[in-house]
Amino acid sequence: MMIASPVLIVGAASDIGRAIAAEYAKAGASLILAARNVSRLEPDVKDLFYRYKADAQLMELDILDEGQREALLGKLTEVPGTVISVAGVLGDEVAAWSSVAAANHIMQVNYVAPSLLLGALANLMAERPGACIIGISSVAGDRGRKKNYTYGSAKAGFTAFLSGLRNRFGSSGLHVLTVKPGFVATRMTEGMALPPFLTASPQQVASSIISAHRKKKDVLYVLGVWRGIMFIIRAIPERMFKSMDI
Amino acid sequence: MMLSGWGRYPVLSCTARKVRGEADVIKLMASTTSLIARGAGRAYGDAALNSQMTLLMEGSDRILFFDEETGRLTCEAGVLLADILNVFVPQGWFPPVTPGTQYVTVGGMIASDVHGKNHHGAGSFGEYVESLDLAVSDGRTLRCADDENTDLFNATIGGMGLTGVILRATFRMLRIETDLIVQETIRANNLREAFDVLESSLSATYSVAWIDSLAQGDKLGRSVVFTGEHLAAAELPKDRASVPFSAKLPNGRKVPFDFPGMTLNKFSVSAFNALYVGSRRFGRSLINFQPYFYPLDSIAEWNRIYGRAGFVQYQVAFPRESSFEGISAILRTASDYGLGSFLSVLKLCGRQRNSPLSFPREGYTLTLDYPIRARTFSMLLELDRIVDDHEGRIYLAKDARMGARMLERGYPRIAEFAAVRQRFDPDRKMRSLLSDRLGI
Repeated sequence: MMIASPVLIVGAASDIGRAIAAEYAKAGASLILAARNVSRLEPDVKDLFYRYKADAQLMELDILDEGQREALLGKLTEVPGTVISVAGVLGDEVAAWSSVAAANHIMQVNYVAPSLLLGALANLMAERPGACIIGISSVAGDRGRKKNYTYGSAKAGFTAFLSGLRNRFGSSGLHVLTVKPGFVATRMTEGMALPPFLTASPQQVASSIISAHRKKKDVLYVLGVWRGIMFIIRAIPERMFKSMDI
Repeated sequence: MMLSGWGRYPVLSCTARKVRGEADVIKLMASTTSLIARGAGRAYGDAALNSQMTLLMEGSDRILFFDEETGRLTCEAGVLLADILNVFVPQGWFPPVTPGTQYVTVGGMIASDVHGKNHHGAGSFGEYVESLDLAVSDGRTLRCADDENTDLFNATIGGMGLTGVILRATFRMLRIETDLIVQETIRANNLREAFDVLESSLSATYSVAWIDSLAQGDKLGRSVVFTGEHLAAAELPKDRASVPFSAKLPNGRKVPFDFPGMTLNKFSVSAFNALYVGSRRFGRSLINFQPYFYPLDSIAEWNRIYGRAGFVQYQVAFPRESSFEGISAILRTASDYGLGSFLSVLKLCGRQRNSPLSFPREGYTLTLDYPIRARTFSMLLELDRIVDDHEGRIYLAKDARMGARMLERGYPRIAEFAAVRQRFDPDRKMRSLLSDRLGI
């Protein structure tokens, strides 16, 4: 299946964002890279050109800023064929228990802001044939756990939003893909002891996303093992789950 | 994180940080009193290990500029040579110098001033570096070139990362018309014949010999010499006439687990060598550049065949006058020890570059590798004496165990290097397990 260009990547400066940009550039797509302090991505624009002959443009976006979200929509000279939201932050769970600001930040970055942006973009893209919206959510959204439920609940909200969007456009053809990467070795997780067999590389995430995009999948677990793990975790009765330490 | 070089000896617990670009390097440099940059981890020994801070440069890998007229390429230091080949060979460009693996970074190639099968004519990689940007320990980024910060430029080429962190470099690529190599395979029955063949092949672009390290007596040094030329488009065979560059990418087979340490014993190495030296097809053949330049890259993680204990690679370079005697003595001693080297390579090198720590010099270089055993180290000490007696030197990018005295004897310009370091890194922030071991 052809990838519809341009491909707008929100959160393009992250490790996963960079890997996705390379993967789509390799597939021949033109790119719009959106991030904070986006000028730091100028070397990436050159790299995408010299490696893949890909055309990439930069757009400034602090996803938490409503004005900037609107400005981004205004700056688009054509309706994106594909939008990929990589925006997200793990945050400090324990800090979020006692700080409203910390909890609010995690919820805004992982749920409110990307949902509002993707919702607005979906309205623009609904009529465009072959259009696709891809949201990077998380396995943490599959069930709330004490270790990361602020992050997890925001991702759960994002997952539900994407699911609803998919349902809304289910008959008209706008493809919506929810991605649940599991652990990924990135700047966000650097220094954490992650079990290798549960941990994907950003490149793995990117290549499985483009292949799920082509196959018009609805939900992608980057490493299949996570589908099984989350199935089991969801199946544990709440009565037992509440006293478990996982 | 436990880190080692490609030889998997020694292993050191290091605080390692991934670097995505210049800003990360500057920040991390300011946050520590001791660090070293690490590229693809292909130096064999302890050159890219620092327990306090090892910068992982592979994420700083953007290609920033390429001029299709001149072949001038600018990229970040973490770009892999393999990526350069994948992007530019199909466009008709080839690196001016390539080591025996493509899984090295540009920064690593500069820091080790790597050489290849064309050293006798082309010199080392440093000869083609037009400029580089170096983050030095006081937080500045300095442009270094032949006519700008010249001392620092020359010290950085071959400087094992000890002058600063290489951020970006500009170098020239060479035009090629096809991705094929015309290979000539020549048998040499002993070391003298191998030398003769290499001497008479000086007009060939590429030349190298593989030696049977266990052959003894009048067969000592028997070899197979491979010369090579880039195939011109006009000479393409019929079935490839319109396809100067095939789209095939390297497809690595992996060594899936560590071989038991016993696998590569005297008999199996000897068998390998006999097979290789005894049953080759000789004469002219046409092969893709991948198997010609990177025969071992097709077996990903071939370093695991030596088992968990790892191995050391021993590469030495002699002046031309003492090469034959020095190499004969090394081969005899190694053969007496009965420790076979999996791969033993002989190469005639050309003129030395004007860099104080650059390894290749006019004369012959010999490469041997040995699994870590109790006897290995005592044998290598004996080989050190032979190297020293014949005014040879040991390649720092391969070394994991020599002493400071061997360094001083082999690299007479070490004081010049130390002076440059003193100027740009008076507090010795840039250091590695190698530099600590050698007192650099």
